[in-house]
Amino acid sequence: MATMTASAEATVSSQPKMTARDVKVFYGEKQALNGVSIDVHTDLVTAFIGPSGCGKSTFLRCLNRMNDTIDAARIVGRIELEGHDIYAPDMDVVQLRARVGMVFQKPNPFPKSIYENVAYGPRIHGLASSKAELDAIVEQSLVRASLWNEVKDRLQDSGTALSGGQQQRLCIARAIAVDPEVILMDEPCSALDPIATAKIEELIDDLRGRYAIVIVTHNMQQAARVSQRTAFFHLGTLVEYGDTAEIFTNPREQRTKDYITGRFG
Amino acid sequence: MNSPRVQTDWASPVMQARVRSRYAKERRFRFMGFAALALAGAFLLFLLGTIFANGYTGFLRTEVKLAVEYDPFTLGIDSSALAGPGGENALNTANFQGVMTAAANARAQTLGIAAKDLVSDGAWLALREAVRTDPGLIGKRVDVWVPTSGDFDLLGKGLIDRAVPEANRPVSDTEVAAFDTLKSDGAVRTTLNTTFLTMADSTSPELAGIWGAAKGSLLTLIVTLLLCFPIGVMTAIYLEEYAPKNRFTDMIEVSINNLAAVPSIIFGLLGLAVFLNFFGMPRSAPIVGGLTLALMTLPVIVIAGRIAIKSVPPSIRDAALGVGASQIQVVFHHVLPLALPGILTGTIIGMARALGETAPLLMIGMRAFVTDVPGGLTTPATVLPVQIFLWSDEVARGFVEKTSAAIIVLLVFLMLMNGLAIYLRNKFEKRW
Repeated sequence: MATMTASAEATVSSQPKMTARDVKVFYGEKQALNGVSIDVHTDLVTAFIGPSGCGKSTFLRCLNRMNDTIDAARIVGRIELEGHDIYAPDMDVVQLRARVGMVFQKPNPFPKSIYENVAYGPRIHGLASSKAELDAIVEQSLVRASLWNEVKDRLQDSGTALSGGQQQRLCIARAIAVDPEVILMDEPCSALDPIATAKIEELIDDLRGRYAIVIVTHNMQQAARVSQRTAFFHLGTLVEYGDTAEIFTNPREQRTKDYITGRFG
Repeated sequence: MNSPRVQTDWASPVMQARVRSRYAKERRFRFMGFAALALAGAFLLFLLGTIFANGYTGFLRTEVKLAVEYDPFTLGIDSSALAGPGGENALNTANFQGVMTAAANARAQTLGIAAKDLVSDGAWLALREAVRTDPGLIGKRVDVWVPTSGDFDLLGKGLIDRAVPEANRPVSDTEVAAFDTLKSDGAVRTTLNTTFLTMADSTSPELAGIWGAAKGSLLTLIVTLLLCFPIGVMTAIYLEEYAPKNRFTDMIEVSINNLAAVPSIIFGLLGLAVFLNFFGMPRSAPIVGGLTLALMTLPVIVIAGRIAIKSVPPSIRDAALGVGASQIQVVFHHVLPLALPGILTGTIIGMARALGETAPLLMIGMRAFVTDVPGGLTTPATVLPVQIFLWSDEVARGFVEKTSAAIIVLLVFLMLMNGLAIYLRNKFEKRW
């Protein structure tokens, strides 16, 4: 198992890209997350697993402050990106989201052309100074998202006309185009068929090392396949966090063991 | 312990009866739906049929051929006076009425009727237009087609029942005989009524035009649109995308919904109190009409805008926020383009309602009798629905067809606006 050895090496080497310390989230009166602490590393894919409503997506959305859009949500605790508190008053949310990109559960391309979908991020952040440069960014992003060969002849077609799997890769290309440091994926394969899922998983493996990737998934096999670190959430609590191989073969907690063996969830 | 259930016998008479009654119920419902539709269609057809049958003659007019002598002495000008820069002025001061009266008197005498029963009061205008286009006519004697009097116009269109006793109809037997003589001479014809389409209101039906009211409506609606659209859309965006959800915004939402249901005459009173009495704006002016209608249309646009913005899938907002778009970029790059078809449809429905609105405009003086086509936003004007209301109130028989014709013009306006709404919606929806 290649992933096991890779994870073991990486754990020792890299500095954490993002650190979360004692993060609590409240939706109005209700507490959705009870003190989560996690480190996210660049060379590793981190997977969040757990049953529905366990807070894994909530926590993921804290990492790029997407929870800000929910009026009732309140976050306490500290989340740092390279040592800077992302909830500090001087943190610019727009720049944060450019540095911490996101791919959503349901493929959500803009109802614009494929080219425009990918070019949008670089354009609003002024990342390309010329049309040629923008073209290069679009091509490179689509190549990295392994979509280029399928769409290079129809970049002006609507992004919504692609198949579900292609749409999701387009969304990944759109996230890559801004050249983020971290990519958050919120159940990116839950709306896709097995073949499209396999492609996305392959893609995640290719992207590892260049971007810190955090993936939320319902599918435990997927977590085992793509990630090096796994965090198991249950009822708003981080039950166990460690090397994927460790979690799946030798979990410390009884609840983790019950979940991964299919006893509940 | 339960006894085991008996196997259902789907073929039993009870079951068969159930099936039959179910089908019967379905047939009855379908029939009632169809009947309702047919009834509505019949009413619509009847309405449109009556209006068109009564109204199409409003677009036509009867003209009589007269031999007119453009006598320079009577006119008080000659062709040389028309050539210079003062030509327009000379034309306007020239006594075309005199020339017309002379020609009409001559013809009327041969027929044994009065000149005012033969030609329209405004017939001399036709002479002036003729000279404007060809100054060489002065000093010549030519045959000219001029509009007939209102009564002859009705005779020409066959709208007067000759079987009615003389005392009970507007035209005497002599006049009917005179008309028949003219007709047999080929000196009467029916043509397109350009006056109706280019002039404003008048006391004589054959001279009354709809263009004054149509332009008044147009100017009023432009003011309304310019105010309503930006303010309404901005309000909708703010309420949907920016405003915090608390008791205060809930109250605003309720208030806006209530405003949309306020009777329009109340808005007229508000316009009267605020724009006329407090700000001292001119009475009967399209700008005041536009402002008043804007007050009325604004809630409609805000509500339509909010619904349209709300219907943009949240995933699009997430996607844009996820690549680091700011709130304003999310709104203007993604939400607004997708909401635009809905906003435009709502706006045009609101504008169509404003176009048909009469009550608030009565309050601010737009029911005035205006004989000039309004030149600007502050000149007195009236609007199409008010014009229809005014004409329907007139005694003269000739205004009946004018009323229907004005309704046709209003309907055409409405259809154009709805057509525009459909066109815009389809055009912008293609981007999805």
